[in-house]
Amino acid sequence: MIALLAFYLFATLTIASAVLVVFARNPVHSVLWLIVAFFNAAGLMLLTGAEFIAMLLVIVYVGAVAVLFLFVVMMLDIDFAQLRSGVTRNLPFGLLIALVLLAEIVIAVSAYRAGPVFERGAAAPAANAVPNIEALGHELYSRYLLPFELAGLILLVAMIGAIVLTHRSRGDGRRQNASRQIARRPEDAVKIAKPQVGQGVEL
Amino acid sequence: MTALFQSWGASYEWAWFWSMLIGILVIALPLMLAVAMIIYAERKIWAAIALRRGPNVVGPFGLLQSFADGLKVFLKETIIPTSANKGLFLVAPIISFTVALIVWAVVPFDVGVVLADINVGLLYILAASSLGVYGVIIAGWASNSKYPFFSALRAAAQMVSYEVSIGFVLICVVLYAGTFNMTQIVMAQQGHIFGILNGFGFNPLLFPMAVVFLISSMAETFRTPFDLTEAESELVAGFQTEYSSMSFALFWLGEYGNVILMCALNAILFWGGFLPPIDWAPLYAIPGIIWLFVKMLLFFFIFGWVRATVPRYRYDQLMRLGWKIFLPLSLVFVFVISGWLMLTRYGAVA
Repeated sequence: MIALLAFYLFATLTIASAVLVVFARNPVHSVLWLIVAFFNAAGLMLLTGAEFIAMLLVIVYVGAVAVLFLFVVMMLDIDFAQLRSGVTRNLPFGLLIALVLLAEIVIAVSAYRAGPVFERGAAAPAANAVPNIEALGHELYSRYLLPFELAGLILLVAMIGAIVLTHRSRGDGRRQNASRQIARRPEDAVKIAKPQVGQGVEL
Repeated sequence: MTALFQSWGASYEWAWFWSMLIGILVIALPLMLAVAMIIYAERKIWAAIALRRGPNVVGPFGLLQSFADGLKVFLKETIIPTSANKGLFLVAPIISFTVALIVWAVVPFDVGVVLADINVGLLYILAASSLGVYGVIIAGWASNSKYPFFSALRAAAQMVSYEVSIGFVLICVVLYAGTFNMTQIVMAQQGHIFGILNGFGFNPLLFPMAVVFLISSMAETFRTPFDLTEAESELVAGFQTEYSSMSFALFWLGEYGNVILMCALNAILFWGGFLPPIDWAPLYAIPGIIWLFVKMLLFFFIFGWVRATVPRYRYDQLMRLGWKIFLPLSLVFVFVISGWLMLTRYGAVA
């Protein structure tokens, strides 16, 4: 009964916060509602026994992606009136996207109902037989080794590409070299002079 | 305890519910007391290092100082700035306090003495500790004031930077332990070195990671020398500037809860947790929880010692340490350790 209660709690909260993401007036509030939605989705994953995915959802989306979202949104100077003025113009486009997403969900669910896609047709694995992480690890590093490595490589290329595209080195920038700063001794930097009265110091 | 409630006629689910509730109270209430005492201990450590007396007025040896402070804070008026975002302003300290508490669910105090013995324990800790930054960011933004906002931005960047290297350090531990379960990680450290020493930290391959983790955990909890989020010389009190009364106290409790947690994690992940340091039968006569507390107190002393003696980092130095030193170092160690384990433990050469 508690599991059922938890399911409805998480499900309602997910939907409610997803709705609030769209309807919140303040963009920062939108992002915070999005985080609540992520969190409840992780709760739903836990209920299905996918504890690894649930934890990854929280670590990656809530812990890293949403922080950057929030970071950017907080620093934007947003004019709310201007934001809302485009609603009627963009409405057809938004509805189209919503329709496409709905169709995708319907297709996915009906395909799932129609029967297993894979020829192996294995039953769902028994809960707690093998921990999620072990099962995923075995699959990723045996059957899907090549796609897995390729995905890693693509991400690496994307990361380097992003750095190369956005990095501009300013010629006049003054850089600090920490090891040189630490290696500097007082003898190199300080000169002790005993000036004669009325003579001054020659540097 | 679930069985006890069941014998009283409760159904399994309700019995589980009540036993969990009691378990939470058994962890959370002593934790609050521990926070109060540990603040006193830390002030005494700082005082000793600075050749001062420290708190010595309230109660015998000043032992009740923290309770007096708590009472004082409790009796103050809660001030909410007029231009603040009221809801979020009040929610922020609650988030930061709650997040500091929920992580304790998976911390093992002895074999089987853990609230939730889940098989993704370490990931849970990583997930929950990455939430800690929200309290700070939301507080900084909702205060609608410039110093808290600066502080929030610094906190976000700092947390994200150091979490990366902490993640790699944890992977090194998991590679050796072969599990994400906290209790099993501790048990994997039994007799780790020649069957004598308990603890991954004694392993020369993992010792550098233990040091990186210790320093990163100071950065994660925003302690000096990494306390740029509340650098009082530049940001007044950082994200707490606009807070008063209990909402301030919740930040304070959460912060020290996190510090104690990080001490526990250092002890559990690298220094054998509830195991005695040497794998010798008579030492097991002392209960595991005492060993864990002794190790936590040692780490807490190190935390206090560092805070009292090391000057604050500059922000670019902080980022340099995180991204240019810890990240490559931990990445190299993940590489070396997995290679070493393939060679020795799994015996797979091509």
